[in-house]
Amino acid sequence: MSQTDLLQELALQREIEQFVYREARLQDSHDYDAWEALWTDDGMYWIPANGDDIDPESQMSIVYDNRSRIALRIKQLHTGKRHTQIPRSRLCRVVSNVELLQRKDGEYTVGAKALIFESSARADTIWGARTEYLLRREGETLRMARKKVMLSNNDKPLYTLSFLV
Amino acid sequence: MATATEMVRADRVHGSLYSDEAIFKAELEKIWYRTWVYVGHASEVPNANDFIMKSIGPQQVLMTRDKNGEIHLLLNRCAHRGNQLCMDQKGNRSSFTCPYHGWTFANTGQLRGFPFATGYEGVDKSQLGLGKVPRVAQYRGFVFGSFAAEGPSLEEHLGAAAQALDRLCETSPSGEVEITAGFLQHRAKSNWKFLVENETDGYHPQFVHASIFSVAKSGIGDLYGPHSTAVARDLGNGHTENDLRPEFRRIDKPMNWFGTSAERLPEYVAKMNAAYGEEKARQIMIDGTPHIMIFPNLFIAEIQIFVIQALAHDETIQHVTALQFKDAPDLNRRLRQQTMGSVGPAGFLLADDSEMYERTQRGVTHAIRPEWNYLGRGLHRERRDADGFLIGDATDEVTSRGIWRHYRSLMEAG
Repeated sequence: MSQTDLLQELALQREIEQFVYREARLQDSHDYDAWEALWTDDGMYWIPANGDDIDPESQMSIVYDNRSRIALRIKQLHTGKRHTQIPRSRLCRVVSNVELLQRKDGEYTVGAKALIFESSARADTIWGARTEYLLRREGETLRMARKKVMLSNNDKPLYTLSFLV
Repeated sequence: MATATEMVRADRVHGSLYSDEAIFKAELEKIWYRTWVYVGHASEVPNANDFIMKSIGPQQVLMTRDKNGEIHLLLNRCAHRGNQLCMDQKGNRSSFTCPYHGWTFANTGQLRGFPFATGYEGVDKSQLGLGKVPRVAQYRGFVFGSFAAEGPSLEEHLGAAAQALDRLCETSPSGEVEITAGFLQHRAKSNWKFLVENETDGYHPQFVHASIFSVAKSGIGDLYGPHSTAVARDLGNGHTENDLRPEFRRIDKPMNWFGTSAERLPEYVAKMNAAYGEEKARQIMIDGTPHIMIFPNLFIAEIQIFVIQALAHDETIQHVTALQFKDAPDLNRRLRQQTMGSVGPAGFLLADDSEMYERTQRGVTHAIRPEWNYLGRGLHRERRDADGFLIGDATDEVTSRGIWRHYRSLMEAG
C-alpha cells in the first residue's frame, strides 16, 4: 500500500468512526431531528427479535421501520405526549469495535458494538448490541441507508425500549 | 390478609390486590393453576412431533403434538430431579432426553427409559412421566389448558367469548387464523391485572395514546370518545369486550375497521366474496375482528393477540404477535406491519401502555390515602343488552367491574 493509499484508508476509517460516534451522541442527547437527518431517503431501521437473522418479511421484529415510519417515530417523540419518554431516559452509551466490513459503489457496511446504560423511571438498565450499518456517501457526507441493531438479549422478554437505540 | 370479598367492592378495589405477594401466591393456586388458561395455537405445532415452548403463569409448558396429532401440555421439568428438560424454543422431535442423567420421555409425557436400568429394579415407569396439564382443549385452533382435573368445560368457561373467536375466524376467507410470525416478548414491572383491565379500558386511549393519534392518521381515538356509539360489555366469566361494531356500521365502509379500504385489498376482498357471498362478506368486512379480553390471559386486539404471563406480583410479560389469516397473504403483510409498529417494547402504542402499567404499580405499592382504586365510571348508566349482558358506554368501566366480579368468585371458591 502506498503512502497515499494508507492515508486515504486511515481517513476513511476515521470518517466512519466519527459518523458512528456522532450518531451515538445524537441518540444519547435526544437530538431527534439531527438524528433523523442522518438517514437516506430509503433508510431502514431494523431491530430484530428472537435472533439476529430472522426474516423481517415474515417474522415479528421489535422495530422494522421504513423511512416514513422513522419519521413517524420522531414525530411521536416530538409531541411531548410520548409518556414512556417523559421524563426522557438518561443515556450513556459507549460505541466501539468499529470495523469496515465491506465496500461497494460508495456504500460501506460497518460493524460496531454498543453498550448502553439507561436510567429511566422504572430502573437502571443495561443494553448491549451489535450494530450493522450500511453507510452511503451522499455528496460530502455519509448517511445511514440501513441500521440493524442486534440486541444481545433479543430472544428474551424485554422491558420497554423507547429511546433511539 | 383481608379476603377478596372485602377487597373487591362494587365500585372499587383495594390497592394491595396488585402489590401483595401473598395475594399473588393465592392467585396462582386459584386462578392460574385452576381455571382455563390460553397456552398456544394449533398452527404453532402444525406437524406430527412439533413442539413449542409456552407457559402458564411462571410454569414453562411444552406444547407438543404427538405422532397421532394429539396436542399435549407438558411441564418442562424432568421427573427425576427437576432439571429443565428442553432448552429449545421450538422444534420437531418425538422424545426429549434430559441432559443431566439421560432420562428420556416421549412427547406424550410418558417416561420411555432411564440409563443403567438395573438401578431401578421394581420401579414403575408409568408413575414417573412428565408433569402434564391434565385438561387440554381447543376452540377453533386456540389451545387452552387447565391444571384442575375437573371443572367447567372449555366451552362453559368461554361462554359468549366463543362467538368472538368465531367472528375472528370468519374474517379469514378460509375461516382459519394462524399464528406464524413469532412473538415479541414485552416485560413490564407491573401486576398482571393492570394489563387485563387496560385491554378493555375504553377510557384511556385518548390520553395514553394521544401522541400517536395526533401524528398518525388514526381513527382509533374517536372510537373511544365521549360521543362514540361503541359499547363496553361484560360477557361474564371475566371476559370483556369493547364492541366497536356500532361505530363501524355507522361509518359503513368495508375494511374501515383496519384503517383501509376494500379497493386496497382486491385479492382479499375477492376471496371473502367467494367464501361467504357478497352480502355476508360485506357485513364481515364492515364489522371487523373483535376487541376482547378472554380471562385471564388472552387478549384479541383486532389485528394481534396478546398472551399475558403473570410471573410475580409486580412482574408480567406480554407475548404479542400479528394474527395471520390463512390464505390471505396481502392482508397478512399489513397485519404484521401494523402490529410491529404498534406493539412490543418499542411500539407506538404499547410502550406507553406499559409505562402506565408500571406507574400504576408504583402508585399502589404501599398505598395510603387512597388505599382504593375507584372503578365507578358509568355505574349509573350500566344496562343490559338484548342478550342480557351488562353494557356501558364506550369509555365506561363496566369491563373492569366485570373482571373483578369474576376474580372475586374465583378467589372466594374453596
